[in-house]
Amino acid sequence: MSALLELDGVSKTYEMESRIIPRLLGRRRPLLAVNNVSLTATRGEVLGLVGESGCGKSTLARIILRLDAPSDGRILFDGHDIAPMSRAALKPFRRRIQMVFQDANSSLNPRKSVARLIGEALAEIAVPEADRRERGAELLKLVGLDGAMLDRYPHELSGGQRQRMAIARALAMGPELLVADEPVSSLDVSLQAQILRLLMDLRSRLGLTMIFISHDLALVHHLCSSVAVMCAGSIVEQGETRRILHDPAHEYTRKLLGSVVRRRYSPIAPVS
Amino acid sequence: MALLEVENLGIGFPTGGRIVEVVRGVSFKIEAGESVGLVGESGSGKSQTALAIMRLLREPGRITRGAVRFDGTDLTQADEATMRRLRGGAVSIVFQDALSGLNPVFPVGVQLMDVIAAHRDVTREQARERAVAMLNLVGIRNAEERLGHFPHQFSGGMRQRVLIAMAVACEPKLLIADEPTTALDVTVQAQIVALLRDLRERLGLSLLFITHNLDLMGEICSRAVVLYGGLMMEDSPVETLFTAPSHPYSRALLDCVPRLEDEPGMLRPIEGAAFTLATAEAGCPFAPRCVLADARCGREHPPETGQHPHRIACWWSGS
Repeated sequence: MSALLELDGVSKTYEMESRIIPRLLGRRRPLLAVNNVSLTATRGEVLGLVGESGCGKSTLARIILRLDAPSDGRILFDGHDIAPMSRAALKPFRRRIQMVFQDANSSLNPRKSVARLIGEALAEIAVPEADRRERGAELLKLVGLDGAMLDRYPHELSGGQRQRMAIARALAMGPELLVADEPVSSLDVSLQAQILRLLMDLRSRLGLTMIFISHDLALVHHLCSSVAVMCAGSIVEQGETRRILHDPAHEYTRKLLGSVVRRRYSPIAPVS
Repeated sequence: MALLEVENLGIGFPTGGRIVEVVRGVSFKIEAGESVGLVGESGSGKSQTALAIMRLLREPGRITRGAVRFDGTDLTQADEATMRRLRGGAVSIVFQDALSGLNPVFPVGVQLMDVIAAHRDVTREQARERAVAMLNLVGIRNAEERLGHFPHQFSGGMRQRVLIAMAVACEPKLLIADEPTTALDVTVQAQIVALLRDLRERLGLSLLFITHNLDLMGEICSRAVVLYGGLMMEDSPVETLFTAPSHPYSRALLDCVPRLEDEPGMLRPIEGAAFTLATAEAGCPFAPRCVLADARCGREHPPETGQHPHRIACWWSGS
């Protein structure tokens, strides 16, 4: 299988705001948020990106989407280096890389109906206005929602429905790569498994490549074929999920695994 | 006599001319020194129950029925002065979001000393000493220096520790922790749970631990009260709940947690949409999602069966 996305030595440095005198003297305080990251996402795979708050995983997601430019390194998407591209040059790539955020509540405009929220994405790919409703209903169906939801507003949806809707919108442009940043961490346990199952299903039906960002190793275990462990801006370990979770080489990975609360009961076969 | 007895508690919000109950007659008790989990999804009524115990329900929400007896006093009837004395004194609460529980414009030391001074007859110096001791107790290093720091200078986990320090500063008998680790990373979650367990033993606290995470609850509680749709489904010793859950909802809730021990991709979500009051019927609130449900389940709410410490509300619990 070929690589859809390849990061090659990607770094991101932020200039910290420093006091006036050191600034005049030319002393700067750089913060290395992402440090020389190289990663490959093969077509059709789900790559997990794990690490704690502040490790740089969300910054890396922003860079992959080119919402931010890297300070250094190359981002090869389908063979094209999108790192140095201008806004205009990026345009054709935008629809091919889409994102699902953790908090659907703050990533959906509360004043727009579901039909409009999805319609805007469809307009971007030149779907005629007359067809948008029908296409929107199809997208909702794809994520397990009723077409009647088109006339609802985000606040009228439950947390699980909102996250499904955010996924539908991300899929509206027919992306090849979906970056999901903690897509289930603000949901109840009973809904987490539903959304995970939906993502697995979508991956196989649409042949999507996914980058799944999480701090929960159990979720990564279920969804991802390979995983990269990030700590303080750097990837400390990457490889096949099974290998990393069973035989972690890096101390930090072991620490993460050690903090997972283990099951204390045996599941019971469902009553039928 | 139990330390806390919640009896047939109802909590309602006026909606369109009538009062809609979000908690519909919940009973449970906590013995002195006991650690009880209150488990449920969003909308189950677990946080409202915690707020009602503290008499901190947001207007226009109010207690519609029942009693909350703490140490023999019915808190639903207590006047505001009594409640002010109790809150932060004999009963304390730690919320999910530590950032909104702290005032951003005062150093944490000042806030901690305020709590101590409100409940104890102490000099400034004594309050300060106690504040330092409390920060030490919850594992914050350089406590003296940290007293002068503002909330934003602490990490999420450290802020939660500060709030816990404030909550236990006046030696409460009961500590209510409402999803205290939900906003935190897994590694920090484990640390906070370890801290709560440690404090419980050292201070002899009773704990009401509110969460939707059953595994985490199992790390710290000996008994669990499972809520769904504002009603109690099961009240059970944790070991029994984990080895032989009686209620189909408890079972489904235990099964749906994605785990490292399972085969990859083996997920058992609870099918159907989470409970909403808009669709609430007379019957068991879990009936629309339950694999066992029949017509009676949708029509009539099942009576409670069993005796403390193991009670179940399910038509199928006997079978």
